[in-house]
Amino acid sequence: MILTVNGDQVEIPEAIETITELLQHFKLYDKVIIVEKNGEILEKAKHSESLISDKDSIELVHFVGGG
Amino acid sequence: MIIGAGALGTGSAEMLVRAGIGKITLADRDYVEWSNLQRQQLYTEEEAEQRTPKAVAAKRRLSAINAEVDIRSHVMDVSVEEMERLIEGVDLILDASDNFDIRMVINDISQKYSIPWIYSACVGSYGISYTILPGETPCLNCLLEEVPMGGITCDTVGIISPAVQMVLSFQISEALKILVEDRLHLRNKLVSFDLWKNHQSTIKVDMLKKADCLSCGAERSYPYLSFSNQTKTAVLCGRDTVQIRPSQRLDRDLESLDKILSKRKGEVKRNPYLLSFSTSNHRLVVFKDGRVLIHGTKSIAEAKTLYHRYLG
Ligand SMILES: [Zn+2]
Repeated sequence: MILTVNGDQVEIPEAIETITELLQHFKLYDKVIIVEKNGEILEKAKHSESLISDKDSIELVHFVGGG
Repeated sequence: MIIGAGALGTGSAEMLVRAGIGKITLADRDYVEWSNLQRQQLYTEEEAEQRTPKAVAAKRRLSAINAEVDIRSHVMDVSVEEMERLIEGVDLILDASDNFDIRMVINDISQKYSIPWIYSACVGSYGISYTILPGETPCLNCLLEEVPMGGITCDTVGIISPAVQMVLSFQISEALKILVEDRLHLRNKLVSFDLWKNHQSTIKVDMLKKADCLSCGAERSYPYLSFSNQTKTAVLCGRDTVQIRPSQRLDRDLESLDKILSKRKGEVKRNPYLLSFSTSNHRLVVFKDGRVLIHGTKSIAEAKTLYHRYLG
């Protein structure tokens, strides 16, 4: 399926169904991250049940510490 | 007030001083190293050579840029006690630190005294910034469901200076709006970007404000201002260095320490602010306020052993 992630069109394997799986796919699971799907923020507790589908627009913002 | 005088701290201080801000307070615990010169724009090779504390070097350069600005500069590891002392009269706190321990303290102080602050950070080609207005926006504790641990900052990937400048542009634009009281034009969104991957996101995070947040909610307790949450030892970002901070501030006599350590195997160097003692595998840097940086280890236990071996 095709998603828009941070503005880029990306092809994602069909096996990926939830936000949690998507974060694993991008190797972002160990980061503190804010996920927005189609303009709506998803709290962390909902990542594992939130389904993704073709043409979804996802914004991923992770927190870093350097400065 | 700017917390930290590394890449973000030197950049934001220079912009604000050139803009003619009235008074600026700057605090940093570290000294200038060669690797800093790639991006920490107020420092020179000579200061790296001499291991000048960043707060001292920054003040010297900033005063030369604009002598009319009242610059208060402190060589200190800012934590709760220091923050409580420095906060009087401050209109805005700029985060230019390199760790979340201090950011959580800044966040609680900001809520306690109702002073806005701007979270900013960068690593690699990535950067992030968010403006926190007490009583209006979510606070950092609302946004972070867990506090990111050291690993996230300690990338060995380094940082490109355009990422620093980009975060600075976001941070200082917001700072100027707050300082001239034009809150209508504040961004009100969490912004992040990756200059290498050509990404940028701005997302609205208002809904993450938590009514029961311990830092900004109705029944707040400012958890990060309490003693038990303060770090006394810290592994510093990507530097193979551990900092040990005595539980009480002390005024260490570097001259007599010099005499003691000179009798041991190793090399002692000293300037008015700090003393550096190198052994074959480690280097201890002792500051006048009692803090010690132990280079050459990531292990807190090993660092403590070395600390007690050489400093009692
Ligand atoms: Zn909060």
